[in-house]
Amino acid sequence: MDLKFTPEEQRFRDEVRAFLESSLPAAMRHKVLEGLHVPPEDTVEWHRILFRKGWGGPNWPVEFGGTGWDPVRQYIFEEECAAAGTPRLLPFGLKMVGPVIQRFGNAAQQARFLPRILSAEDWWCQGYSEPEAGSDLASLRTLAVRQGDHYLVNGQKTWITLAQHADWIFCLVRTDRTGKAQAGISFLLIDMRTPGVTVRPIVMLDGGHEVNEVWFEDVKVPVENLVGEENKGWTYAKFLLGHERANIAGIGTSKRELARLTLIASRERKHGRPLSDDPLFASRLAQVEIDLMALEITNLRVLSAEAEKRAPGPEASLLKIKGTEIQQALTELMVQAVGPYALPFRIEALEDGFAGPPVGPGYAAPLAATYCNMRKASIYGGSNEIQKNIITQMILGL
Amino acid sequence: MHFHLTDEQQALSDMVQRFLAQEYGFEARRKILRSPEGWSREIWARLGEMGLLSLQVPEEHGGMAPATVETLVTLGAMGRALVVEPYLSSAVLGTALVRELGTPAQRKALLPGMATGELVAVVAHGEADARHDLSRVSTSARRVGAGWILEGRKAVVLHAPAADVLLVTARTSGAPDAEDGLSVFAVSAGTPGVGLVPYPTIDGQRGADVTLSGVELPGEALLGEEGKAFPALSAAFDLGVAALCAEAVGVLQATLDATTEYTRTRKQFGVPIARFQALQHRMADMLMHVEQARSMSYLSAMHAASGDVRERRRIVSAAKVTVGQACRYVGQQAVQLHGGMGVTDELMVSHCFKRLMAIELSLGDTEHHLERFITESK
Repeated sequence: MDLKFTPEEQRFRDEVRAFLESSLPAAMRHKVLEGLHVPPEDTVEWHRILFRKGWGGPNWPVEFGGTGWDPVRQYIFEEECAAAGTPRLLPFGLKMVGPVIQRFGNAAQQARFLPRILSAEDWWCQGYSEPEAGSDLASLRTLAVRQGDHYLVNGQKTWITLAQHADWIFCLVRTDRTGKAQAGISFLLIDMRTPGVTVRPIVMLDGGHEVNEVWFEDVKVPVENLVGEENKGWTYAKFLLGHERANIAGIGTSKRELARLTLIASRERKHGRPLSDDPLFASRLAQVEIDLMALEITNLRVLSAEAEKRAPGPEASLLKIKGTEIQQALTELMVQAVGPYALPFRIEALEDGFAGPPVGPGYAAPLAATYCNMRKASIYGGSNEIQKNIITQMILGL
Repeated sequence: MHFHLTDEQQALSDMVQRFLAQEYGFEARRKILRSPEGWSREIWARLGEMGLLSLQVPEEHGGMAPATVETLVTLGAMGRALVVEPYLSSAVLGTALVRELGTPAQRKALLPGMATGELVAVVAHGEADARHDLSRVSTSARRVGAGWILEGRKAVVLHAPAADVLLVTARTSGAPDAEDGLSVFAVSAGTPGVGLVPYPTIDGQRGADVTLSGVELPGEALLGEEGKAFPALSAAFDLGVAALCAEAVGVLQATLDATTEYTRTRKQFGVPIARFQALQHRMADMLMHVEQARSMSYLSAMHAASGDVRERRRIVSAAKVTVGQACRYVGQQAVQLHGGMGVTDELMVSHCFKRLMAIELSLGDTEHHLERFITESK
């Protein structure tokens, strides 16, 4: 047992840190660290900066143009990026459809799609959920009927994150209505510009436009856009979910936000003294810090098992639950820390360069919206209750 | 970075588990609990033969220290079996204190016997008014001629009735809560003026309040330097907390296993109660507590012997908070999920529950360590 990073890993961390120091634009960094709105152009630009460095695919194998980093290096990379305040890399291409195409796609699909993910020429989104298929994903009804050299797709997907910017959507569609629900699902890649595809925004409780409905009306999708075999899509979807959840603990981001919370607590006052000295607040803050410390080690345990060539297992569910609980607790404490100044809600103040009259401390402006926004964390990616079902079945064997 | 055991460590772990599975089953343990002494000298001797009592003893005195991971796996196995022998008290806390504080002659006099199990030495430190505060000691030692006289009362000294030697903390100078001015004395059992009020503890172990009235000691009873014991005491207790966390993980796992097993076999409404989602999610929560506790047990073990005292205290306290909360949650829910059977003496679960309760309260409770974590983080 050895919980220290190796000297090579330390050097790797130094290399990442030095690169971020020199290559992350100050304006981007400012927006991320202050919790301001990060426009999609920043996200794409950050992808391209990494791509030019050869780091466009931090979690991809070398044969597909990735870095070939092991899970520990990927973890270090993500931790340093979070600490430095980089825009979040889009998970849809890199962590979701990319690994599926690598594992189950054919050579033509790999050559066509993978390079454009690395260079951020294609923005992908994920078409899984439907109005009647949330946690019970296998009950999905979007229909794809084979007609010669194409599928005709009809149906509705929902909660599609950032679909308004997307070039492509990967979809779970029903290709067989007989038999078991899981057995009739296929994995289709659909060009968002195809006639019949409509994107409708869903405005969220924080006023933001992050997710959408996507409608398909007689959308023709070439058969060559089917990944793997027809009716095997559920297998690919499960493979994808394992990858998505493995990185969902968000340790690096939570560490950064904890530091921000600590700073805010030292500036806010209670009874004429720094809030950070208040025993009640300090104990709640310490509790989150300790939970995060424990989760970091749990995450490293999962990673090192993965590095020893064991696939991400059901332990990932634990990381998802605890990780999102911590993320939510941090946003909750930030709101509590600024007191009444959590209430003023000026969306325009969340834009970089906002020059209106200040209301309360600058750091207070985004906190309530972030708190509201982060309620999603325990719902997406398989709700935390579904994760508990997985733990119950897969780990406890009940 | 890796979390696996070396082949030797794995072999040690297997050996301890095998031994306890054979010799320390539920009924065998009950018998030990009901014996007049409340612990088994035979088991203790066997632990000594296996080398398990020497893990914190330096090589030159017949031991293997530092063997942190080995201590961790040994205590994990002992936790699983709810071992009541004075392992933590003597082989970890007592041994570490003598090792850190003793002069070469004192180490030579005490450690070889502790390594084999012939000698049990436990730390008599706590006092009624101190709660968990490590530096608050009002038991006094004053110099008389070449020797010392001790006066005071020690509270809830675990395994004191089993001890051949009590390692008594006493104030030789300073304010009641000063770190400076604390000294440790090796006091042989039966020294005139030493009185024991022995009792079983709620978890089936044995302890005593120790009265010290005019206890006359020779000069060489002072362990190490006068008034400078606090750093060694603090280091020994932090190691003890890390070890206790490792034991806790063993108990926690045993408790969770017993609960999943019970809910799989207990039927109501025609199905095993493990099928009910309300119970399933409770067990998922228990598992998360166990895994987070395990992680912090590893982390604290790695920092328990660290030279960075502040960081050591922070991490060890964070571990005890995580473990203490896991003990509380897992223990209570395990009893709840066992239903009426959970509140009887007949099943393992209630014994686990009581040990988990005792662990949460030992060597500083959750609030104490949360407070210390905050202080050390400033």
